[in-house]
Amino acid sequence: MTNVSMTVNGKAVSGEVEGRTLLSDFLRENLHLTGTHVGCDTSQCGACTVHVAGKMVKSCTMLALEADGGDVSTIEGMANEDGSLGVIQAAFQEHHGLQCGFCTPGMVMAASALLAENSSPSEAEIRHHLDGNICRCTGYHNIVKSIQAAASALS
Amino acid sequence: MPKDNGIGASSKRREDVRFLTGKGKYTDDINIYGQTYAYFVRSQVAHGTIKGIDSTAAEAMPGVVKVFTGADFEGIGGIPCGWQVTDRNGEVMQEPAHPVLAQGKVRHVGDPIAVVVAESLQEARDAAEAVDVDIDELPAVVDMKAALAAGSTKVHDDLTSNLCYDWTLGGEKADVDAAFENAHHVTTLDLVNNRLVANPMEPRVAIGKYDAADEDYTLYTTSQNPHVIRLLMGAFVLGIPEHKLRVVAPDVGGGFGTKIFHYAEEAFCTFAAKAVGRPVKWTADRSEAFISDAHGRDHVTKIELALDENGMFVALRTDTMANMGAYLSTFAPSVPTWLHGTLMAGTYKTPHVSVNVRAVFTNTVPVDAYRGAGRPEATYQLERVIDKAAREIGIDPITIRRQNFIKADEFPYATPVAVEYDTGDYDATMNKLIEIADIAGFAGRKAESEAKGKRRGLGINCYIEACGIAPSNLVGQLGARAGLYESATVRVTATGSIAVMTGSHSHGQGHETTFPQVVADMLGIDESMIDIVHGDTSKVPMGMGTYGSRSLAVGGSAIVKATEKIIAKAKKIAAHLLEAGEADIELADGQFTVAGTDKSVAWGDVTLAAYVPHNYPLEDIEPGLEETAFYDPNNFTYPAGAYACEVEVDEATGKVTVERFAAADDFGNVINPMIVEGQVHGGIGQGIGQALLEHAVYDSDGQLLSGSYMDYAMPRASDVPSYVVDHSCQTPCTHNPLGVKGCGEAGAIGSPPAVVNAVVDALADLGVTHIDMPLSPNRVWSAIQAAK
Repeated sequence: MTNVSMTVNGKAVSGEVEGRTLLSDFLRENLHLTGTHVGCDTSQCGACTVHVAGKMVKSCTMLALEADGGDVSTIEGMANEDGSLGVIQAAFQEHHGLQCGFCTPGMVMAASALLAENSSPSEAEIRHHLDGNICRCTGYHNIVKSIQAAASALS
Repeated sequence: MPKDNGIGASSKRREDVRFLTGKGKYTDDINIYGQTYAYFVRSQVAHGTIKGIDSTAAEAMPGVVKVFTGADFEGIGGIPCGWQVTDRNGEVMQEPAHPVLAQGKVRHVGDPIAVVVAESLQEARDAAEAVDVDIDELPAVVDMKAALAAGSTKVHDDLTSNLCYDWTLGGEKADVDAAFENAHHVTTLDLVNNRLVANPMEPRVAIGKYDAADEDYTLYTTSQNPHVIRLLMGAFVLGIPEHKLRVVAPDVGGGFGTKIFHYAEEAFCTFAAKAVGRPVKWTADRSEAFISDAHGRDHVTKIELALDENGMFVALRTDTMANMGAYLSTFAPSVPTWLHGTLMAGTYKTPHVSVNVRAVFTNTVPVDAYRGAGRPEATYQLERVIDKAAREIGIDPITIRRQNFIKADEFPYATPVAVEYDTGDYDATMNKLIEIADIAGFAGRKAESEAKGKRRGLGINCYIEACGIAPSNLVGQLGARAGLYESATVRVTATGSIAVMTGSHSHGQGHETTFPQVVADMLGIDESMIDIVHGDTSKVPMGMGTYGSRSLAVGGSAIVKATEKIIAKAKKIAAHLLEAGEADIELADGQFTVAGTDKSVAWGDVTLAAYVPHNYPLEDIEPGLEETAFYDPNNFTYPAGAYACEVEVDEATGKVTVERFAAADDFGNVINPMIVEGQVHGGIGQGIGQALLEHAVYDSDGQLLSGSYMDYAMPRASDVPSYVVDHSCQTPCTHNPLGVKGCGEAGAIGSPPAVVNAVVDALADLGVTHIDMPLSPNRVWSAIQAAK
């Protein structure tokens, strides 16, 4: 076991991990941040998407040790300071961009990364950006609509 | 103006806040003090005899608590099947044993053989590698036709063959055959309804717990119907009295049918929790889900449609082989029979319909209900053969459908395949479709595509489904080993807030939002005063769960019935408080008023009196305000609609892109339009997935080739367009109190034929008449080359 330290949602954290421990497992098992979900084992579904140093990362595809000393953001850090929904989260609720909610944390993190880079993405750009995030419930229609609405609200 | 509260309002979902902030509580998010972890050793071959299992090395590995094998389950019940089909000769289906862990033989890749329980998941997984299983491989039976051939290897030695049942429904053979002989034209089509994996994004999880002091068990599981699991597992597998077994299905990340069924892993974790004296947790990997979740569809069909000289349908004959896989999953036998054959009339007045289904055992994962369950298979073959017939005899695809429709004034309509549609207006949804799909503009769009060097096609489809599953006395006659009612308890507190316990289960459908809308509307109070409780057998008295688009039609009706009882009692209390006759009390906007006067008491006055009965008619009624109702429907509901798909096909590569998709549905009355539209969107996305992308492919040795997201093509955001959906055509259901029909499966039923009809339309002038799903570039390109 090795000690790992990082900043998660602005808070310094540390824990003992095996070399093979994935970042997703460290978040879920060690830190009890269970908003980050694991939906596959081939790095395809994107339910585990978080940000590391501001970049979108599939946390099932990164070792916890690789994030040592890093700055990680998860869905638990996306709400406003008063606990109310952030702009992207609120857009997902307003436009029914989620149903079962399992892919949703990854979708919100992916949307946030997109809008940080491109403040007014086209529908095609949004759909292309979401290629690494699978949703089985919504047929994507309302996810795209939610991200478009969030882009408008943020601009 | 849109409503902002109650029935008809697009109320925003209250469950979203926890899901959007990472506070959802899914089964894998639950950890119990002292829990151990289970890892399954599964068969890597499709068929074989287990010569021996040596777990000595595994047992000696760090952290291992115990290794279980089939020997630990001798004398324990097997996984039961919930439906018994009677075949065409009056014989019951062949029903093989389905052990929790393999007994002597393995019958599909993924069949569980042994389980390591250890202190950590990593240790359980490491030790599972060290379990030595000696298997003599046997020839695998994968193809259904080969499985039915004389002399085929049998999946189950103790059955007479691989035929589960040979079932028939509909008209007398002689009448149907005569209609075909006398027909002006007969169109025939051989097709495959491709095998799918449901793939809810949350893999299955089970946590078993045993309390030695009270001798009771708890199972946390990813289920669409916790009470059904309690009954099946308690009564048939482990012999636990239901009152000693609590089943909890907390937030569940999608179901689509595959989380209806009772699985071996649930029984294992519950059993093992007692055996090791600690909680046992199992979480499926996605790759494990592919070989252990029940699959869907997998029908091979020959369908024939007979028409007269005017293009009127005179008879329909269909013969299907339906794959059951290696064992009978919970509702598997019902899917190709009563959920499929009964819908073969579609929305049409075909006088003679004959359906034959042979269900077949193979060395593959069990197949059971997947979104739509039988109804997509019925719709697909019917609407494909109609489209082919229209082209053969030169009638427009909309005209041929419309002229054969059951008309709006012909309901109730008894079909030749055992069901009676209560209401509908298929011309109305077709008219709406023509408008929202801009059918008139298709020719222009086709010309634009052609200018870009692409072929463009338009596909039309009409579907009908039987939802609101189901009348218990009817399904009992058809082989169901359960009733299909729903229950609700409405518990009003002294301060007037309400908890509604429902046996329906939400795994994305938004019941926590929709059901309060119904109760709020009936009582005239704000939705925010009402909470929904579901998914826990210790809190909800009874329930049959959520599937078959039944939650609102059956579960919602139970809530209405319980709320009606609440209102009746509350009026008695109000009458006493107002010193008036009970018959004179009216309830509106949360106020009880003496008719024709300004004397009234508020909802909260009555609820307080019910629990603080200082001034109360104690001689007439008991204190308290809580009522339970069970609702058992007297018919199915029949949502129907018309769908249109436009595709572009690249002739050089065979690549298909869906350019436009429109859906006009009749769901009867609608409680929350936003949620209804979301359900249709999701169904269309899955239907496009089936039509273009998804396929569970086995090789001849029974290995699943598309066993991960690297190989099984899930629809992604860029594979689908935005959809135009409409539910304004409403013929309310005539037999449930809300007039609702259900909307959960429609999109997945209506969309695959629309997509395939569109692709065939795009390629028809090349001579392409049919391509089997999924319409991959390879298949489309090959069909183009073959036609050339």
